[in-house]
Amino acid sequence: MAIARNDTATLFAEGTASTLRLIVYLAAAALLMVLDHRSGYLQDLRRFAGAVVEPAYRVAAFPADVARATRTAVVSQDRLAKENRELRDALLLAQAKLNRLDALVAQNARLKDLLDAQNNLGLSVQLARLVDVDLDPFRPRVVLNAGANQGVTVGQPVIDAHGVMGQIVEVLANTSVAMLITDPTHAIPVTVERSGLRTIAYGTGAIDQIKLPNIPISADVQVGDRLVTSGLGGRFPAGFPVGEILSISNDSSGMFAAATARPTAALDRSGEVLLLRDQPQPYGAPAPVEEMGPPRDLAGSPPVAPAPRGSP
Amino acid sequence: MNRSRARAWLFAGSLAFAFVLQMMPLPQLILPLKPYWVGLVLVYWAIETPERVGLGFAFMIGLAGDLLVGELLGEQALRLIVMIFIVLRFRARLRFFPMWQQTLAVFALLLNDRIVVMMVRGFSGEPMPPAVFWLSPLVGMILWPFVFLLLDDLRGRLRVGDSSPRG
Repeated sequence: MAIARNDTATLFAEGTASTLRLIVYLAAAALLMVLDHRSGYLQDLRRFAGAVVEPAYRVAAFPADVARATRTAVVSQDRLAKENRELRDALLLAQAKLNRLDALVAQNARLKDLLDAQNNLGLSVQLARLVDVDLDPFRPRVVLNAGANQGVTVGQPVIDAHGVMGQIVEVLANTSVAMLITDPTHAIPVTVERSGLRTIAYGTGAIDQIKLPNIPISADVQVGDRLVTSGLGGRFPAGFPVGEILSISNDSSGMFAAATARPTAALDRSGEVLLLRDQPQPYGAPAPVEEMGPPRDLAGSPPVAPAPRGSP
Repeated sequence: MNRSRARAWLFAGSLAFAFVLQMMPLPQLILPLKPYWVGLVLVYWAIETPERVGLGFAFMIGLAGDLLVGELLGEQALRLIVMIFIVLRFRARLRFFPMWQQTLAVFALLLNDRIVVMMVRGFSGEPMPPAVFWLSPLVGMILWPFVFLLLDDLRGRLRVGDSSPRG
């Protein structure tokens, strides 16, 4: 006879926590995790439940927004004036640099025309603001306030004024989630700007560090070298600053040098970010090339692989 | 009638507040120290009102958490089930522990929770978390008496004006 399950829970009831139920629920949770790991339906589910999830993100970000607004409101006049002056200086400097860059852009365009290369300098970008929500301290993700309705798609690179921040991994209706380049599961193809060495930078989980674990021992890398995106892999366009080499050491096997770098993008400061619109090339492998050679109907019988006539 | 509705509001409100705290941004330096708020609040309710918090409820709350902040559907559900099962098993003892002993028990629960997280992430192929990962249970332990006393106080206030016997 089954033990009567006592759901009203007296002091020493264990009906609510029987081992059988534990096993059933554990199995259910494990099953969900395995299914999700295989097919990733959580993102679809979250998109479906976006009407609930998005307001929750906004609510959680509210206290931080209020705190920032209060700080802005009570910050003293002279500090604002000082900040204004500094920003003006920075703007002037940036303007000067831009003017120089204009000349370089013109020159570059000329050279590219000469080379008949594709001109991809006209970047189309979209501004998005960070929603200050912390999803998990050990998975560096940021939430942005633009989503599918604003034309955001999975895979778009996210940059700020100083460099590459990461890429979009999840899109809801009016919200999207970006993975930062410091995420331990993120990798980005880079080149060392000075020497042209190509390698891959991985995230470490620490917000201010990325690592380059497999550089050939003989490679030309120095502390202070700037890393820029190489454009290989087709996800990030070439030439955006990624980081700066902090230290170089041998890895444990002694076969490679391993370097750590500091991301140039201000990953730990919230504010506006830019989403790159047009990706340099469609995601994935390039489309197969058209078959070369004479048209089929002119080529006559296929020249290769004679039919195995007469074989037993 | 009114009282019990107020208690239900306190129950739902504290859990919703725990979710907000869980997602609230913190300065980068103390971010890894963030305790598992949802776990702490749910443990309180499991100790005090086990008729409300069963394994099924923990499972649903975990799924809600995964939907909000998770990476893998079922991860928080698994964590909360393990946690609540242990609490319900030892509830009679936990309830009458002096505060310091209860705090230590909560520390053990949270530590166990971290081990579960590490296992899940290890199985799903994520790299091992850094050392600060293990500080969060400590913070949770320090916060437990405050969470407990605050919720107990709020619950007590709702009961004081209640002329009818509790039920």
